[in-house]
Amino acid sequence: MTDHSTIAAREVLTEAGPMIAGRSLWQDAWRRLRKNKAAVASAIVLLLLALAGIFGPLVAPHPYDRIYPQYVRTPASLEAYPKAERIIPAFESVVSRARVETGSAEVEGSTVRMPISSSEALDPRIVRYVDRSDLFENARIEELSADGRSGVMVADVHRLRFLFGTDSNGRDLLARILIGIRVSLAIGVLASAMALLFGVSYGAIAGYLGGRVDGVMMRIVDILYSLPFIFFVILLVVFFGRNFILIFIAIGATEWLDMARIVRGQALMLKRQEFVQAAEALGVDNSGILRRHIIPNTLGPVVVFVTLLVPKAILLESLLSFLGLGVQEPLTSLGLLISDGAANIQGATWLLIYPAIALTVILFALNFLGDGLRDALDPKDR
Amino acid sequence: MLHNVLKATVFATSLLVVNGVVIAPAMSEVIYNRGNDTDPTTLDHHKTSTIAEANLMRELYEGLVVYNAKAEVVPGVAESWEVSDDGLKYTFKLRENAKWSNGDPVKASDFVFSFQRIQDPAVAAPYANMHYAIANAESVNKGEKKPEEMGLKAIDDRTLEITLAAPTPYFLELLTHQTGLPVHQASVEKFGNDFTKPGNMVTNGAYMLESFTPNDKIVMKKNPHFHDAANVKIDVVNFIPFEDRSACLRRFEAGEVLSCSDIPAEQMDYMREKLGEQVHIAPYLGSYYLPVKVKKEKLADPRVRHAISMAIDRDFLAKEIWRETMLPGYSIVPPGISNYNDPVFLEYKDMDILDREDKAKELLKEAGVEEGELSVELRYNTSENNKNTMTAIADMLKNIGISATLFEMEGTGYFDYMKQDGDFDITRAGWIGDYSDPQNFLFLFESDNLGFNYPRWENAEYDALMEKAETTIDLAERSKLLNQAEAIFLKEVPAIPILYYSSRALVSSKLKGWEDNIQDVHGTRFMSIEG
Amino acid sequence: MFAYVLRRFAGAVPTLFIIVTIAFFMIRLAPGGPFDLERPLDPLIMENLNRAYNLDKPLLYQYGHYLWNLAQGDLGPSFTRRDFSVVDLFRTGLPVSVLLGGMAISLALIVGTFLGALAALKQNTAVDYAVVGTATFGITIPPFVIAPILSLLFGVWLGWLPAGGWSSGSLRHMILPVATLALPQIAIVARLTRGATIEALRSDHVRTARAYGLPTRIVVGVHALRAAILPVVSYLGPTAAALLTGSVVVETIFGIPGIGRYFVQGALGRDYTLVMGTVVVIAVFVVVFNLIVDILYALLDPRVRYD
Repeated sequence: MTDHSTIAAREVLTEAGPMIAGRSLWQDAWRRLRKNKAAVASAIVLLLLALAGIFGPLVAPHPYDRIYPQYVRTPASLEAYPKAERIIPAFESVVSRARVETGSAEVEGSTVRMPISSSEALDPRIVRYVDRSDLFENARIEELSADGRSGVMVADVHRLRFLFGTDSNGRDLLARILIGIRVSLAIGVLASAMALLFGVSYGAIAGYLGGRVDGVMMRIVDILYSLPFIFFVILLVVFFGRNFILIFIAIGATEWLDMARIVRGQALMLKRQEFVQAAEALGVDNSGILRRHIIPNTLGPVVVFVTLLVPKAILLESLLSFLGLGVQEPLTSLGLLISDGAANIQGATWLLIYPAIALTVILFALNFLGDGLRDALDPKDR
Repeated sequence: MLHNVLKATVFATSLLVVNGVVIAPAMSEVIYNRGNDTDPTTLDHHKTSTIAEANLMRELYEGLVVYNAKAEVVPGVAESWEVSDDGLKYTFKLRENAKWSNGDPVKASDFVFSFQRIQDPAVAAPYANMHYAIANAESVNKGEKKPEEMGLKAIDDRTLEITLAAPTPYFLELLTHQTGLPVHQASVEKFGNDFTKPGNMVTNGAYMLESFTPNDKIVMKKNPHFHDAANVKIDVVNFIPFEDRSACLRRFEAGEVLSCSDIPAEQMDYMREKLGEQVHIAPYLGSYYLPVKVKKEKLADPRVRHAISMAIDRDFLAKEIWRETMLPGYSIVPPGISNYNDPVFLEYKDMDILDREDKAKELLKEAGVEEGELSVELRYNTSENNKNTMTAIADMLKNIGISATLFEMEGTGYFDYMKQDGDFDITRAGWIGDYSDPQNFLFLFESDNLGFNYPRWENAEYDALMEKAETTIDLAERSKLLNQAEAIFLKEVPAIPILYYSSRALVSSKLKGWEDNIQDVHGTRFMSIEG
Repeated sequence: MFAYVLRRFAGAVPTLFIIVTIAFFMIRLAPGGPFDLERPLDPLIMENLNRAYNLDKPLLYQYGHYLWNLAQGDLGPSFTRRDFSVVDLFRTGLPVSVLLGGMAISLALIVGTFLGALAALKQNTAVDYAVVGTATFGITIPPFVIAPILSLLFGVWLGWLPAGGWSSGSLRHMILPVATLALPQIAIVARLTRGATIEALRSDHVRTARAYGLPTRIVVGVHALRAAILPVVSYLGPTAAALLTGSVVVETIFGIPGIGRYFVQGALGRDYTLVMGTVVVIAVFVVVFNLIVDILYALLDPRVRYD
């Protein structure tokens, strides 16, 4: 039973649609969904974001965990860094660390030069002071005098782009947002899938079997419902540390309750329908009826609910991040980035703005897609 | 319950109307809204332990000696004192006009009662050990002796004699701690645990308790019976707890609070630019260090620990991560401490980071560690700055071929884990001195100090030096012993010092009399508000 | 009806008992205790403290002790706020949270249903898109972003309202926190109302009413909204329980002395009794509001009967 419902869910989520072939409901829905421009646009946006989250970190110009010590909290800019006026002072400061006499530096195109001399022969290893800086690369000593005591330090200016700026550790925000999208979407989808799996089977069983079993099962749901979510999560994080799997399990484990209630309601209604009674009369066993008749027919409202569940899970994850219970560094999530950004709101606004836009776009798209699906699946509308 | 709620709502609404009518209660009252770190665990100072609590207690009570605005030890309830030549007997003369807020005189017996109470096992005072210097205090706390056997004697109402177990050159400093403050015997006996409730609480400081609303504020009013009341210029202090430092910054900018006890380091650039002189950063008695589990085979060699220490670019941490709210640290005892003459530092303090990295690689090679062979886990308790610090350190260790992973733990679980000798590689810890003496930092790594010695480092020589310093009266001699102890510590680096704390505060330009000092204590009685 | 309410309350008692039991043992399983602070305590002092709070007794004894006290309405002393009992803390904090949450819900209901109905009537016009767009936006921005922005904007830059604080519940201090709490709820209520109203407008009895020539105002006001209110009520039940028991985000950022923060403070500080107290209060609110929703359903929808 479990297998079946996952497959169904997955297919519906990817809008592959005609899983239950020949069923005009799904084909109709698919047709209507395609006509809904907002929903189609949302689906495309989501697909693009998902691709960005999956492949973005691989192709981004900077790794998400690479630290650029010279570029801590650099504002977002389309222009490449370093800015022209910063090159000479930076070069002077790195060369001075080599403890040699320095002349005046000058920039020619993308190289920078500075005469240097020392009372002893110049150690060729001093170029590493320059190379270590994020601003320069390929440092070398040219025009070395015969006694080896003077020469010219030459280096290429290393141009870097930080389209969205950098964070408090000097990491590229764009790369962090991409990995954040990956983590947030994964948490959203996995938590929802878990809620789906658990909620649908639980609800269907309770609703279909009814009677005393239903009473007990629903009482358990009521009890869990009254246990505060944060309590549960804090304890899990405390017990097992903060890892990604745990966070989606925690969120999924609290979100399946609603799902179970919805599905139970549907199942209660369905089991009085003629086709279920017919199947019973034919001697199909309980698990067969659940699998063939009850669960597939609850999928309409379930799909709609899932599209609302994903954004809910993403927001819950961001609340955890705000409370300091988010995923472990150097991984990050949109919630974590936004919560960092909110702490930097005065002074480094880019840290809030770009992750917030990313999150808002995702949630917007999910909401519109959810609306579209509801309209498409709502039989009353026909 | 519903009924109560309804009543409360009506009550709140009626308050609101009152507020609307009476906009400013009394123009003549000078009110100081003061940001504090958190709410106190309790207002019974014998049961307190945090800095936020100390800030409150110093307003409510006055000890035998107190810190003035510059954090110098000056007479408080005691107007003068004498110390015997062997350093074991202190005789305090109490001032005549010292009074409790109900008008009772403050007597020597009040201090005897308080100092006995803090050692009472039933009180379970977390900082009882602050007074273990007093003769027999420790045995009383363990329940082995009777409170009367402690080295405390009220010779008359105005003379108090304290006998110590060992000469303690920082004893007067100790008395400025909140554990040295008195309690009002009659109200403690009358109300029991409720003596801290507004209305019950009787205090002898410049202020007295008016109300305490959790997560909202603690209101204190000027104590008319205070001996120096004539010079107390602020009538009401509202202590407001801020868990969110950015919230304090916003309310400071909006003019709703006149000072914040801490600042959001991440917004430092903005504050410097916008608030200028109102941002106060001052040296402070605190160290931020990385305990290393020395028992682990891979970290047992001091050369490996030094290599790790050398690779850490402290200037970067202080300047970029902490935005200059911390200073680069190369010793466990912070600079500026009393009773310490020639501070010792890690020998590579002034070396360039690249040269240090070369040296570190050599050390690793000597210790038989190949590049890329060693991997360590950096553990830290939840906080934005800890996270950024450890992230940066992990990156620095890459430069010498050590790979590092991060592991964040939630606060309480973390402290429990450390205390229980948890299985960490490298972790973080911070220590703010309780009093200005190197002993208060070096004792952290004594072998038998299982609470603080996270590395579980054991060094007999170190212990012996510490023990010897304990009984040495001559301050210069003692300072030398402590120097030697710290030198051993820095040679072995069971914990890698990386930063010194600075005290950080926002102080409005309207608030006069706030002087930056190394103890970060700022009694309201020394302040005034202008304009 | 009365008998039904009574029966439901009786049914809630075992539910509460199970919740208390689960919560009691779960929090005790967490590593560390209420006295594990950054500055570790002397083992001796720790022992003294544990004895003073009965923590040295067997867990089952402590559980029994807790239940016995709970039955008498005593939630025990707080470990991290030792000048107060847990009941004291709720006595001062709960009214604040209820007041704030109540105002936020009222605001959400009034503004949300109005906007939702408006959007439904002007379906597929600019007004509709504006409402739906804003509503979606309201759901997507987390409150921990909205709160500091509101505080900065109105408190610091414009200086119109206090940037934080509670000030015994003055109206000026309530505006921003209530707005933060209400914003996402307005958005959700507006969406729910819109959807339900559109459906109701298509239903036969509204069509009939219109055919009779009743003015749109009355048709919408009386017939459509009445049907539309049902999903709103069922949504608001659990939401009200959550809002009235305080919000940790809003209380931390605006510095409000409600009970929302106690939960997180209690759990992180291992203040066992405070956590238990919060669990009990939240559970009671959830049970009560579920009941209220069911009763409202019966009153609003003549098809539902409880006998």
